[in-house]
Amino acid sequence: MIKDVPLSPLAAERAAFRRSRARRSTAVAFVSTLVFAVALWWAVTSAPGWPRVQATFFDPARAWESLPAVLEGLWLNIRVLVVAELGVLVVGLVVAVLRTLRGPVFFPVRALATAYVDLFRGIPVLIALYLIGYGVPALRLQGVPNDVVVLGTCALILTYSAYVAEVFRAGIESVHPSQRAAARSLGLSHGQALRLVILPQAVRNVLPPLLNDFVALQKDVGLISVLGAVDAIRAAQIEQARSFNFTPYVVAALLFVLLSVPTGRIADAVAARGNRRRSGR
Amino acid sequence: MTPVLQVEGLVKQYGGRPVLRGIDLAVAEHEVVALIGASGSGKSTLLRCIDLLEEIDDGRILLDGVDVSDPRAATRRRRNRPGGAVAAQKSMAIVFQAFNLFPHMTALENVALAPRVVHGLAAGAADERALELLSRVGLADLADAHPDRLSGGQQQRVAIARALAVQPRLLLLDEITSALDPELVGEVLAIVRDVARSGATILMATHEMGFAKQVADRVCFLDGGVLLEEGPPEQVLGEPREERTRQFLARIIAAGRLG
Ligand SMILES: Nc1ncnc2c1ncn2[C@@H]1O[C@H](COP(=O)(O)OP(=O)(O)O)[C@@H](O)[C@H]1O
Ligand SMILES: [Mg+2]
Repeated sequence: MIKDVPLSPLAAERAAFRRSRARRSTAVAFVSTLVFAVALWWAVTSAPGWPRVQATFFDPARAWESLPAVLEGLWLNIRVLVVAELGVLVVGLVVAVLRTLRGPVFFPVRALATAYVDLFRGIPVLIALYLIGYGVPALRLQGVPNDVVVLGTCALILTYSAYVAEVFRAGIESVHPSQRAAARSLGLSHGQALRLVILPQAVRNVLPPLLNDFVALQKDVGLISVLGAVDAIRAAQIEQARSFNFTPYVVAALLFVLLSVPTGRIADAVAARGNRRRSGR
Repeated sequence: MTPVLQVEGLVKQYGGRPVLRGIDLAVAEHEVVALIGASGSGKSTLLRCIDLLEEIDDGRILLDGVDVSDPRAATRRRRNRPGGAVAAQKSMAIVFQAFNLFPHMTALENVALAPRVVHGLAAGAADERALELLSRVGLADLADAHPDRLSGGQQQRVAIARALAVQPRLLLLDEITSALDPELVGEVLAIVRDVARSGATILMATHEMGFAKQVADRVCFLDGGVLLEEGPPEQVLGEPREERTRQFLARIIAAGRLG
């Protein structure tokens, strides 16, 4: 980087022009956003049913009242989310690796992993939650927990790991075969090549879709409410039943959105960094 | 004395199409053999078969007199024993045309990987050896750079250091300068010359005829999967016996590569 070359008058004049253009673009964007927002606001509030909707869904007093309960519920969602994300990473990676194993010894393992992915990618999350949340306790097995939060988390891990395993597998297959050849030629075993050469590149290649799946998981943790766990959605439902006002649901929705925005931004940043890397230095 | 490498009647097919049609070749200890031939004649395939990266369809590959191409050498039980496939792989190293460095590792980590995880050196000792080799190829100051920060010539020099790090009995070089800009070819060839002089056993596919003439003890001409002609460089490159060899060299001269 050459720093101390003085700008020629030509370059200085051009830079000034670019700056003034940039200022103009910002101003235009600001005004157009304002106009658009006002028009949208007007369109919604001038609807004939708006006063009713406002009273039922956007009542500030109800929102404030329900906030503590919904927040407490959200704390459960966050804890479930962290455990589920870690579980999904581990199970997904293991299943992906099992599916890439070669050799006849591994046939049953491979077949089992494939069957698992087919099954849990196909089952709607809600049904998986019911089957595991109500089915497992009904077995009355010794030592198996029947806490709905634990079972709900397991159901989420099993469902999402099936997706994430496929993401990881795509990542493993995206690493060029010459990388494996280079590793084997140095004498690395299959396991070493996978662990030290293939997987680090595979995971990096699939970070954006992986984070996208995590955003989806972030809102699906709310589904454990169907098992009766008092999470943000369930708390909102309890509040709603007390007052016959739907504002608590909107509060819960806003909190879920706030929760997912950072992950979405991280996913964007990671994808942008990946693009920069690929497009040269 | 037993040659380091003996290839006997090697046949390799891709989808029923023979690419190597019965190759016989021996490389003695400290010998440098150049493999020349048109694009598509099977040079890369031969080197990949020798490095056990491809399964062969017929013939044998012997390393220090031991048949390493026997499928029994690749079984779980035998592959790590002397004469086993993994053991054989540990005693060879290949440098690819496209470098194939590990992009998520620094130059140093690329070179230190095999000494550490394959040959069981402690991390410190492996790094030390790697740094020594990087100095040897003139890249000590770029040890911490990732491959995407290095020029093609620098990447290929790291790849050579990585291959040398396993102290191979046999070094295989597959057109290692073909992917490089012309002004970067010299820096890579200089290192190969140095390695050859230090007594390494080398089998190299190359299009650099001038370099082959200087460094190789023997030149083999591969044509359509057959070893058509072999001999001292002056003979094969200067007074080729075969018409096909003459035609090939004439094309190379026309392309300005016989320096
Ligand atoms: N993996 C492969 N599958 C099918 N055909 C291949 C494969 N690798 C090489 N070939 C074919 O084998 C022939 C020899 O290729 P190669 O050994 O790369 O030649 P060279 O290195 O001399 O240019 C070519 O016709 C090529 O198309
Ligand atoms: Mg080739």
